[in-house]
Amino acid sequence: MAKRTAPEINAGSMADIAFLLLIFFLVTTTMDVDTGITRMLPPPVENPDKNIDVKDRNVLKILVNSHDLLLVDGKPGNINTLADKVKDFMTIHTNNPNYPETTSKFIPELGKKVVMTKGIVSLKNDRGTSYEMYIKIQNELARAFNEMKNEKALQYYGVKYKQLVNPEKIKIINKLVPVRVSEAEPENVGGD
Amino acid sequence: MFPKLNLKMLEETKMARFKTKKTKGEASINTSSLPDIIFMLLFFFMVTTTMRENTMKVKIKLPEASEVQKLEKKSLVSYIYIGTPVDKKMYGTNSRIQLDDAFATVSNIPEFVAKERQARDEADRKLITTSLKVDSNTRMGIVTDVKQQLRKSNALKINYSTRKMLAGK
Repeated sequence: MAKRTAPEINAGSMADIAFLLLIFFLVTTTMDVDTGITRMLPPPVENPDKNIDVKDRNVLKILVNSHDLLLVDGKPGNINTLADKVKDFMTIHTNNPNYPETTSKFIPELGKKVVMTKGIVSLKNDRGTSYEMYIKIQNELARAFNEMKNEKALQYYGVKYKQLVNPEKIKIINKLVPVRVSEAEPENVGGD
Repeated sequence: MFPKLNLKMLEETKMARFKTKKTKGEASINTSSLPDIIFMLLFFFMVTTTMRENTMKVKIKLPEASEVQKLEKKSLVSYIYIGTPVDKKMYGTNSRIQLDDAFATVSNIPEFVAKERQARDEADRKLITTSLKVDSNTRMGIVTDVKQQLRKSNALKINYSTRKMLAGK
């Protein structure tokens, strides 16, 4: 019997098939990367203690009403200056009764340092506040704390906070700049 | 005599060369590797594709923020959508919650969280992030209710989904 050569498959339409599949995936692809502000909610409390005493000097009260207007520490505030206010509030001023209390703490590698331990940023919004405003405030708060972390990281390690790789160092910076934000349950004044 | 002949020969060779070129015609591009190239592109898109899991019943325009983090590990993220219904005639214009493919109320959230937990490995359950995709015009009341429910069902890690604001804005 004569040796038969293998019949050749016509591959001319292969490109067309591949194109068709390609176009299908092109259309269905969503390349969006999910980004957002990550927060931890406080764990549920059975019997909330209403009478927790926090000294007035230790709290920076941020109130937002249903018209998206800000009240920062009893005075009308502005979203553009909020981050600076938070930074100023959380900066260490030893023995200044207008600023929150600080304590000396031992921090590994750096030794004894004066750390902001009592300062809290308290955020309270109305049920009628718009989500956009809420996120803006959250963003400003995050920015304030991130900038402070950056400053500390630059001061001690010469790099920005995000460029730190050593988890120990990140921990130390987080100890130096504690993110203390508390959210109160919203009031219903302006309505939903 | 010699130079003349030479010239003629040259003429002839030139013509010959010209002729052979003409008979060859236009050079065709080899397309045999085209399928390979297309397949490569195809695989790239196949790998990067994430199919949209839910059909959106609410309209969501995410707010913008600059201090955003990327959400890692999409398999560990469950989504809660809050926004105004797309079909206004049928469902009105009030903000609604969407879980999976259907509208839901605040009281459905613990159930939803439990279901999401069940769907994951036991080791991963603590790492589940709840991503809140909320329209920027929503009032905070409904968002707070959702947050309270999440607290109650111990889904404490949340992510306010935002778009990344371009620098200089």
